[in-house]
Amino acid sequence: MKSVSELAGEVRSGGTGRTYAIVAALVVLAVIYPEIVESLQDLPLIGDFIPRTDSMVVMIVFTMMAVGLNVVVGYAGLLDLGYVAFYAAGAYTAGWLASGHFEQVSFEFLSTAPAGAPGIHISMWLVLIIAGVFTTIVGILIGLPTLRLRGDYLAIVTLGFGEIVPQFVRNGDSIGGFDLTNGTFGISPIDSMGVGDFVFRTESNRAELYYWTAVGLLLFTVFCCVRLQNSRLGRAWIAIREDETAAAAMGVPLMRTKTWSYAIGAFFGGVAGAFYASFKSGAFPADFFFNISVFLLCMVILGGIGSLWGVILGGMILGYLNIEGLATIGSKIQEGGLDFDPTKYQFGIYGIIIVTMMLFRPTGLIPERRHRIEMEEGVHDTPMYDVTHEGTLTDRDRGND
Amino acid sequence: MASALARLRASSVTDKIGLSLVGLLIFWLAVNFVKDPTEFVNVGLIGLTNGSIYGVVALGYTLVYGILQLINFAHGDVFALSGLFASTIIVSVLGLDTDSSVPVIVGGMLLTLVVVMSLFSIVNATIERVAYKPLRHAPRLAPLITAIGVSFIVQNVALAFYGVNFRSVPNFIPTSDVIDIGGITYTWKKLTAILIVVPLLLLLTWFVRTTRQGKAMRAVAQDREASAMMGIDVNRTISVTFMIAGALAGAAGIVYLLQFNMRYDTGFELGLIAFTAAVLGGIGNLTGAVLGAIIIGLIQAFNEGLTWLAPGSDWTRTIVFGILILILVFRPEGLLGERTPEGA
Repeated sequence: MKSVSELAGEVRSGGTGRTYAIVAALVVLAVIYPEIVESLQDLPLIGDFIPRTDSMVVMIVFTMMAVGLNVVVGYAGLLDLGYVAFYAAGAYTAGWLASGHFEQVSFEFLSTAPAGAPGIHISMWLVLIIAGVFTTIVGILIGLPTLRLRGDYLAIVTLGFGEIVPQFVRNGDSIGGFDLTNGTFGISPIDSMGVGDFVFRTESNRAELYYWTAVGLLLFTVFCCVRLQNSRLGRAWIAIREDETAAAAMGVPLMRTKTWSYAIGAFFGGVAGAFYASFKSGAFPADFFFNISVFLLCMVILGGIGSLWGVILGGMILGYLNIEGLATIGSKIQEGGLDFDPTKYQFGIYGIIIVTMMLFRPTGLIPERRHRIEMEEGVHDTPMYDVTHEGTLTDRDRGND
Repeated sequence: MASALARLRASSVTDKIGLSLVGLLIFWLAVNFVKDPTEFVNVGLIGLTNGSIYGVVALGYTLVYGILQLINFAHGDVFALSGLFASTIIVSVLGLDTDSSVPVIVGGMLLTLVVVMSLFSIVNATIERVAYKPLRHAPRLAPLITAIGVSFIVQNVALAFYGVNFRSVPNFIPTSDVIDIGGITYTWKKLTAILIVVPLLLLLTWFVRTTRQGKAMRAVAQDREASAMMGIDVNRTISVTFMIAGALAGAAGIVYLLQFNMRYDTGFELGLIAFTAAVLGGIGNLTGAVLGAIIIGLIQAFNEGLTWLAPGSDWTRTIVFGILILILVFRPEGLLGERTPEGA
């Protein structure tokens, strides 16, 4: 094993100049993508596999959620199987604050909706922020009672919330007679993004406008994560991930630090959810189910747990497969005469990806240095707050008293 | 016992909240009982039957958790696949139908049980060998994540073979009443579930308590390293545990199939219910798993069947997960969690 100072030296000198150049090139490529997509699609062989601009929007939204999930799963090492709850919370915030759903009132603030329309219409830009804050609060409320649980129990509790929230929105059309979520029909239409008369949805280059906004949001998310990674908080997360007991002994406040990771992860989920709701102009309960949480988790695992660039890569790959890739591949297979539809088995394919990655390359496509060491040398993951501290079989370090 | 009493005296605020929630639940049940006692008992019997089926699935979770500290997500999907496979045997291979004679039905059911249980014990042990064994020394979350992946794979295998339609078997077990006392009824069909489940539980208890292999399982669950040093073949023991869990999943699949219809994703929801039951009873504890399952079965039946202030089936999932979260927050060791593991 390399010493800490050696590792730190490698981290500091890790080819920063080259990294910046690559990042800058990728950003430029991302920004001009809508302009070159058509010429790319004309290319022989690979042309059919180039995603359309509006598919790219969806891919980026899911990547953004995966990056948010990575804060929880990768940085702090807390397995969250209910991330879809934050996605739903964000989408429904947009539904409440930027649509005609609450027709009892009429409130308009800087929005693209016509003046005097029934319902609450707040500018989508503001709604993005409000959704993020609201989801953060939801995340803290979920996190506070549950984050003291051990890893696998925490996973189950988050899964529970991930199941409760969608059922709540599905059944929420008469809570004490009040229609909060419009039940199975969902809330639609949701206002477009835009400024004043410049409404994205009615412009001819609607997809491009949403695309650039999505790129901006993803860049913002990535920027936050880069800054967080080496911050005081980020280092505290790593400490907790590697050895909770030691971290606590060194004075890392466990609950506060964990709750922060949960809250920040939730924030990005909420913003992404609200943005996506505006893009497809609706929040529908059928979109929010357990498989989405696993889909996002699969992105994180494929790319590399805790590895920001890896998660972006994993997110784009799986997002692409989900929105277009599998269908394209399926049509190619069927042209070849085989009757096989991969979209039907998409979650089985994600399952195979998860298992294969965990067995053969658990650190992901672009491993994070620190995480690779953890995988090779193991971590001390029997935490202080063991749920079985009352004395059952998992409590191995204790004598049989 | 003394420590339990001391803990009761020193009950914290969370304990009081938890107790008052239980109190509210009991009050609600009491009001419903007074309003319509017959209906209450009937609904309770349904809950008991369903609970016993959940119990068999929950045992699979609790056995594996006891020995590996792994939440085997794939267990629910193995259960669903086994039920679907049983429907093939019953309908296509054996051709049991409503006009089959009683010996044929009994023999056919026994044959199905044997075939499905042995096949799925092998399937489950294979899953362990391929997917979980290489990760035995990895960080704790690695096998859990893998289990989620396996769960999706098994689910899609079921989807590939059986499509998206619900499967069921003909009503060859009579739906006539076994007992009918003043409106309280219990059908033969439900009794079949009990007739299969109870002997299985007795067999399992006997196996874990008295056989060499059962003792080895208990030892490995308590301390894997020490067991290995004492000459217990840990790998073999873990394989046997997975085989038993798989056989239980197979049996549960058949019993479930006789009562309800099922399709490829039945196992996901039922698996979560069963897991909740295992946690409620105290995960790792065999008696606890069955007790928890019966409580969950009753709660579900009361929620869906009672008339006074019952939220109804739309909210079942929310209630079950709400219970799960409340237990993990208020009493993470479960109802019987303080006892020695593996029911001994």
